[in-house]
Amino acid sequence: MSLEILGMSVLWLFLFGYVIVGSIDYGAGFFNAHSIITGKQHILSNIIQRYLSPVWEVTNVFFVFFFVGIVGFFPQSAYYFGTILLIPGSIGLILLAIRGSYYAFESYGTKGHRGYAFMYGASGLLIPASLSIVLTISEGGFVSIIDGNPVLDYAALFTSPLTWSIVVLSIAAVLYISAVFLTWYANKTGDEKATGLMRKYAIGWSIPLIITASGIIYELSFHNEEHFSRIMDLWWMFALSFVLWIGTVWLLWKRKNYGIAFGLLVGQFALAFFAYGISHYPYLLYPHLTIYEGFTNRAMAISLVIAFILGMALLLPSLYLLMKLFLFDKDYVQGNNNKEE
Amino acid sequence: MLFDDPVYASRLLTLLTLSFHIIYATIGVGVPLMIMIAQWIGIKKNDNHYILMARRWAKGFVVTVAVGVVTGTIIGLQLSLLWPRFMELAGNIIALPLFMEVFAFFFEAIFLGIYLYTWDRFDNPKKHFLLLIPVALGAGMSAFFITIVNSFMNSPGGFDIVNGQLLNANPLAAMFTASMPTKVSHVLATAYMTVAFMLAAIAAFKLIKGSNHEYHKKALYMTMKVGLVFAIAAALIGDLSGKYLAEYQPEKLAAAEWHFETEEGAPLLMYGVLDENQEVKYALRIPFALSILAHGNPTSEVIGLNEFPVEEQPPLVIHYFFDTMVTIGGFMVLLSLVYWIGIRRAWPFVKANWYRWLIVLGGPLSFLAIEAGWWMAEVGRQPWILRGIMTVDQAATTSEYVGHMFILFAGLYLVLGIGTVVVIRRIFKNDPVEKELEKMQGGDPS
Repeated sequence: MSLEILGMSVLWLFLFGYVIVGSIDYGAGFFNAHSIITGKQHILSNIIQRYLSPVWEVTNVFFVFFFVGIVGFFPQSAYYFGTILLIPGSIGLILLAIRGSYYAFESYGTKGHRGYAFMYGASGLLIPASLSIVLTISEGGFVSIIDGNPVLDYAALFTSPLTWSIVVLSIAAVLYISAVFLTWYANKTGDEKATGLMRKYAIGWSIPLIITASGIIYELSFHNEEHFSRIMDLWWMFALSFVLWIGTVWLLWKRKNYGIAFGLLVGQFALAFFAYGISHYPYLLYPHLTIYEGFTNRAMAISLVIAFILGMALLLPSLYLLMKLFLFDKDYVQGNNNKEE
Repeated sequence: MLFDDPVYASRLLTLLTLSFHIIYATIGVGVPLMIMIAQWIGIKKNDNHYILMARRWAKGFVVTVAVGVVTGTIIGLQLSLLWPRFMELAGNIIALPLFMEVFAFFFEAIFLGIYLYTWDRFDNPKKHFLLLIPVALGAGMSAFFITIVNSFMNSPGGFDIVNGQLLNANPLAAMFTASMPTKVSHVLATAYMTVAFMLAAIAAFKLIKGSNHEYHKKALYMTMKVGLVFAIAAALIGDLSGKYLAEYQPEKLAAAEWHFETEEGAPLLMYGVLDENQEVKYALRIPFALSILAHGNPTSEVIGLNEFPVEEQPPLVIHYFFDTMVTIGGFMVLLSLVYWIGIRRAWPFVKANWYRWLIVLGGPLSFLAIEAGWWMAEVGRQPWILRGIMTVDQAATTSEYVGHMFILFAGLYLVLGIGTVVVIRRIFKNDPVEKELEKMQGGDPS
């Protein structure tokens, strides 16, 4: 494997990690706000808070890791995407800031403030939408080089059906991933009401998810033909992903094995996400920037890979400890504060 | 100006974000160490007061961490949004410490989450204490790595430029540049110092407001002692930083000192103003002091600002930042030293309200010194973004609307700043020390 592909794989893996943990986080915020508005707060708030409190900061690091990593491995992407993304990037940052801070403000200061909870929930839908713009832009057709500098055509971007399909997909995916995870988590806490409610949401969001995902592939067939034909070459990965989706929905329907259902969901998204990534190869920004043009020098690439391996050796056991204490600890998830050794 | 010129607007927005972020970043670096010290003393002495101290500091800390994380994320991404040409070049040489900073941050985030939510889950308090080591270490390492990146901008190294092409990139050499040792150690020492004085200010304020609780007295004595140690360290490292500047960035030192002509036995100017003819007025002249600061020798030669072409001279305003920083630093050393001796010798005035008010003032003053120090370091390398290689107007984005983003972010920081103060006040108002001590098992509600 060449260093370019290794670098991109690592970054793509982290982006995938962010998609999963971020979705759980964003969706949970939305469901929390939704439950307050519809008067079902007593059912959901407890499990959501119990899961989110210790991990929200870790979720954020996945995102930081991706954008620091891409500048490290592909410095030219900082130039292209940095110049183009000033406005969407800034808006995404402000939403992230509102979310991160209100999270702390709400849970440690003013418990149960409706306005905060509402903003928190709304930002959970707006952030994925504002970040997914990058995916649309990278498909090409919205950026032209004027006087040697890249310029983004906002009118074309916001009138393109592709943009809005990707926005809808990101929102549907967030709510679906989050609902499936929380069904599992609620079930572990033994809370039947919350499990039942989350299960309903999960099944409800599975349909729009699969419709928009298929719709985007169809739209790509006339937006970016080259990409579309590469996607068709990888049809079996998408087909397998679809089968896993059926598996998740089936298990939810049958009310059993929620843990396996969530596992299948991760597999479904991993397949689709990596198939999408592979089909996008070799472009970072179609057709201006490929991973070969934008790659850093050899010495830096090697030192980054070494730093990555050492960092992972430190992180994986720590992440395991975190999960053991807060995800798989029976006393904790059930809300007992029993002392343990 | 703000809305027409992306370079000017980018500079202002970066200044705004960083000035806001470093308040939280400083707290983020310093507080874990203070929690660690308090909890360690608590376990050692079997004294619940110190355990409670750790617990209460941690409670307030969470709120500042949240804002620190989001503003840190903002500046991380803004670097690429506002300075794309710089990040493109820097990505090739200085990406390694940036990358490692994220790992340190990751490490800290994981263990902080565990620490905060496991207060009651370990029977053995020492096990819980151990979780703090990676938190404090991660916080210190993030500061360490990110300051390395900044040092690189002040003294680029680890690569060659041949005919405009970047060659022979050496990521390790780029990390260990000339300004790195003094910068990193100064940043760490001042962060620990500032946080210690911030916590001392809170304790002193409580004592002034009538609480005569043993808890606050212990907190005040402990934080002042730690503050003293780091204030002295900061001053010593500050002197080394002066020697570094004289050697590698003489134009910054000369601008900070309004030292125009190269001369031997140069005097140090404190305070004063500059009139329209560039004449210094009302300044306090300390003979030979600049030569001592620069080279450790009263008669040595110090390069003056006139040796540099006008377009490479830093703005002269940094003299005021330098004065602010040094004056506050000196004041804090004195204040904490007198307090420490005073407590040991039982001098009554260190317990008087007027002295405690000075300690309260010391908290915000220390933060002001942090800001002034960064402004001096950063404005002092104008017009360069990479000293000697790339100027700021070559690096800034060509995108319009930076001015509009400035307004947007200014509003955000205002909300975040007010929010922090309101929330932290509310947390502690509803839960005073006395009440919490009673709740704690085996507590001693004296």
